[in-house]
Amino acid sequence: MSSQSLLKWGIRAYLTLFFIYLFIPLIIMSTATFNDSRFPTIMPWKGFTLKWFDALWQDEGMWQALGNSVWVAAGVMIVALPIGVACALFLSTVEGKGKTFVYSLMMSPLLTPGVIIGISTLIFWKGLDVTGGIFLTVIAQTTFIAAYIMLMVLARLQRFDRTLEQAALSLGASHWQIFRRIMLPYLKPAIISAAVIAFLQSFENYNTTLFVKGYDTTLTVYIASKVRTGLTPAVNALGLVMISITVLLAIAYEVKRRREEAANSANHDA
Amino acid sequence: MFKQLCNRFGTPISVGIAALLLVWLIALVILPQLLMVDYSFRPNLLPSEIGGPKDSYSLVNYVTLFNNKIHLGIFFKTIWSSVMVTALTLVVSYPLAFYLAKVATPKQAALCLLLLIIPFWINEILRTFSWYIILAYNGPLNAMLQALGLIDRPLRFLSGNGGVMVGMVYAYILFMIFPLYNALESLDANQIRAARNLGASWAKTHLRIIIPHAKPGIATGCIMTFMLAAGSYAVPALLGSPGSRWFTQIIYNWFFEGGNWNQGAAYAFLLLILCIGFIGLVMKVFKVGLGDIAK
Repeated sequence: MSSQSLLKWGIRAYLTLFFIYLFIPLIIMSTATFNDSRFPTIMPWKGFTLKWFDALWQDEGMWQALGNSVWVAAGVMIVALPIGVACALFLSTVEGKGKTFVYSLMMSPLLTPGVIIGISTLIFWKGLDVTGGIFLTVIAQTTFIAAYIMLMVLARLQRFDRTLEQAALSLGASHWQIFRRIMLPYLKPAIISAAVIAFLQSFENYNTTLFVKGYDTTLTVYIASKVRTGLTPAVNALGLVMISITVLLAIAYEVKRRREEAANSANHDA
Repeated sequence: MFKQLCNRFGTPISVGIAALLLVWLIALVILPQLLMVDYSFRPNLLPSEIGGPKDSYSLVNYVTLFNNKIHLGIFFKTIWSSVMVTALTLVVSYPLAFYLAKVATPKQAALCLLLLIIPFWINEILRTFSWYIILAYNGPLNAMLQALGLIDRPLRFLSGNGGVMVGMVYAYILFMIFPLYNALESLDANQIRAARNLGASWAKTHLRIIIPHAKPGIATGCIMTFMLAAGSYAVPALLGSPGSRWFTQIIYNWFFEGGNWNQGAAYAFLLLILCIGFIGLVMKVFKVGLGDIAK
């Protein structure tokens, strides 16, 4: 056996182990949902049951938290999308000395621990007599989610053909018409992707939300509190539902992205 | 800068862009951070005393940490464990990132990336909760180890740092893999071939050609992983025990159990300084600039 094929086998073994490591936890968690046991586990196996979905369905706290999460995520989308798009437009337009500084400032929320964003928001708004709750959660999450949106929109803007604007301008279009008819339609795919990412980021956020949520529990916070107090496989049922939705969304997003990529490269070849 | 904006978008739209940008950076990013720092240097007072004679700047809140052996211990343990998590994540991620970028065919790489992205989309709390089930005293890992005859009695994974660190590597590994993959992908495969043809061993090729090229990716991955690990609240809260508390949990307690926000702000600022210090250190060690990292 040559060293080359030994290497090949090593890589294969490593990959297999890695993906087992990546997926086993999720599989075990999902499987435990169907175990007829008071505590979430897969062994001993006490028989198949669907009763934990029923328990989840009747859990009022869960529905309340889900409602809060949806409101927060919708709020983040509404506040953070315009900010992210505006900052991307800014970065794709200006040149000069201060640009690097502004760019570093914009990136800084991504390099700041989430708990610190939550704490500073809480302290800042206390001075304005605003206490924790849905509003503050939206504000705190927007602080860093806007940066993600900015990066995604910027990536698309960098491929924008500026001669389109010049052509429109010389044909007598107003700045507003160019923005409305050329820029926004061009950015639309990136804005939609960014909206999806923003929604998910908001929905799953824990560290920041924990400090600014006040008495309004979001779904992620609710799950964490359930794990520590009153853990039943109903939490697994909730996890399984969320995983299924996420996987479907992830696949749909990937398929869409790849189609666009294929379309783009086809355009280039033509 | 504003002029450049106006030239392109006209004044009304430029005003809108500038307004959104300024509101975000000033009201959401800069001022809250400054106020947190300001808070950390003030004493914890009753509302009626604020602005009074006792309301003066001091280092009292910082001295508290250095006088409290337990908190100080947890602070250093958090640093050390986060460094360990970062190193462990790097070691586990590197072969995979290298495989994806340089060994796999485009089709294989695409499939692997999709497989990697799926857990990445799943809630951190749920991913951590999965490990809670696996590592439980009566859980599948202990059962498996016992069945294999490796241990006699179940181990308490969840009462030390071990469980927390395993959970963190799992939760943050993709923040390491993607920057590494991006950096490695841009390496010209001919360079590797040339090194091999000239007689360099695999180890030497990695050490002298591939790793130097991947530096910006390694730096970015380490910074992200360390920041996430040091700032993690979810993983230690779910997988830890009172004996393996994380610095973020102490901060949380100051805010919501101790009711001393000024003290909490001081601790939070120290955590922030720690992360900034780590970023600076990594940039110095790897000799990369902020521009390389932000890519």
